[in-house]
Amino acid sequence: MITILSPGPMTTVQDEGRWGYQGFGMPPAGAMDRYAYRVANLLAGNRPGAAALEMTIGGATLRFDRPHVAAICGADMGARLNGKPVANWSSFSANSCDELRMNFAATGCRAYLAVQGGINVPAVLGSRSTCTRAGIGGHHGRQLRAGDSLPIGSEFDRDIRLQALCRSFIPEYRNPIEIRVLSGPQDDYFTPAGIETFYWKTFKISYDADRMGFRLDGPEIEHRGSPDIVSDALCTGSVQVPGHGRPIVLMADRQTAGGYPKIATVIGPDVSCLAQGRPGDRVRFVRCSEEEALGALRAERDRYGEIARWLKTFMLRMQITINGVKFETEIREG
Amino acid sequence: MAVRMLAAGEQGLVVEFGDSIDSALNDRVHAFCRRLHEAKLPGVIEIVPTYRSALVMFDPFVITRAELQSRADSMLEAAGAATGGKTPRLVRIPVCYGGEFGPDLEFVAGHNHLSPDDVIRIHSARPLKIYMLGFMPGFPYLGGMDGRIAAPRLRKPRIRIPAGSVGIAGTQTGFYPYESPGGWRLIGRTPIKPFNPASHDPFLYSAGDYLQFRPITNEEYERIRRDAEGGRYQPEVGEP
Repeated sequence: MITILSPGPMTTVQDEGRWGYQGFGMPPAGAMDRYAYRVANLLAGNRPGAAALEMTIGGATLRFDRPHVAAICGADMGARLNGKPVANWSSFSANSCDELRMNFAATGCRAYLAVQGGINVPAVLGSRSTCTRAGIGGHHGRQLRAGDSLPIGSEFDRDIRLQALCRSFIPEYRNPIEIRVLSGPQDDYFTPAGIETFYWKTFKISYDADRMGFRLDGPEIEHRGSPDIVSDALCTGSVQVPGHGRPIVLMADRQTAGGYPKIATVIGPDVSCLAQGRPGDRVRFVRCSEEEALGALRAERDRYGEIARWLKTFMLRMQITINGVKFETEIREG
Repeated sequence: MAVRMLAAGEQGLVVEFGDSIDSALNDRVHAFCRRLHEAKLPGVIEIVPTYRSALVMFDPFVITRAELQSRADSMLEAAGAATGGKTPRLVRIPVCYGGEFGPDLEFVAGHNHLSPDDVIRIHSARPLKIYMLGFMPGFPYLGGMDGRIAAPRLRKPRIRIPAGSVGIAGTQTGFYPYESPGGWRLIGRTPIKPFNPASHDPFLYSAGDYLQFRPITNEEYERIRRDAEGGRYQPEVGEP
């Protein structure tokens, strides 16, 4: 079990999301940055889909009530375990009563804490993700508060070792953020000038950016005629443009249908990059082809396999002292 | 209008039947969704029907867009004919009209030169089709309300509308499953909840089903509310 001592600005339990119920108006919810979330689970030795904590802008302070292995990935919130720094994108072990304290994010916006065994709150419609708008999932359907205790599951991969992720697997959170999109489904609602504005100008993430959607500030995207359509379905990454001409990118807790035309859709792997954007960060949209989008999705999926294999390779860590200077070396089986 | 197949990201296919709110068009959407659902194609993750289109989410490494489009295309033809599989249901929604539950009932009546009783009678007289669900879980977009009780939205939306509130906005009617801000004219409230996560059948109705409002007294409202809270409420479900 872990106990929240201070939740930080916005901490919720999330997993892969609640798919299959959008036709009933149920948002899928789930981790906003699926890459950081999945890698945290890999490092902690969790089964795919185990629930983790998502912390936004700033981290939580929490207590491990039993010895646990855990991992932190995503935004760097300067985690400390009983005052000792814990590396981001790495796993660590905590003893009973150890306190994990995190700060405001130095880079990125969302951090994931995976605890070995997963956060074992009851699944609702097949998912443990918190959907605050419906008041379901997670811990009583709401964001976490001081004093909340969360049960930890017991299913995990037992031959996992504590380690820090290889640097080549760690994404860099850049500003401006370049986001690849596929055009449509309603790009025909915009003038050529409007399309040009969308792809050639830079937008800025506004303070109105949360789990439902990111409202962007910037130049006005021109509609061909009426900015209204008869409502149709939205997906994660849909870029809708209301009458005022500023784009809104829809995220995990979005409504399931909407009445504004969608100029483009952010490709799945790049939704994770956007999820790490903070108010004030600049965003550029880059048009890509279906082949490129599929290539990016394939590369993302392959990467999880590579990380899983990498975590299982034989590793030797040595400390050597040369001329009084200490060196740490890591030798890994090829 | 010809059916269009549009991309919504690398994992989304939009099958667009038209661009208007139309009962026959919406029937085609639901018939298509039912067929696609029954086909249980590997790689299809979920199907989302709306007023005039269907979003199909898929895994492109299990079924390619081209394969999915060709399978979907073969289901369009049949979509215009009789619907197969699950038949639409009629769900009765008990509503306590007026009083504190329906602060705008008098306005809707006055606006249409009717008595409040006339508004209640007309509002509950016929089954209304659920074109789609959205905005919030279980929120029904209903078609077919009698134009004689239409009323404009509030100029200044209310900050907090209690869950279960039944309202009118223009020629639309519906109810709020959850507490929410909103500008609809409120004429009553239902004690039932359309979503019960603990149930094996968690949603009381689906898009394509019909709803009919049924006037109830304050006493009945209280009784149903208690039953619903205790998990004893039996939904009134029949055929349209």
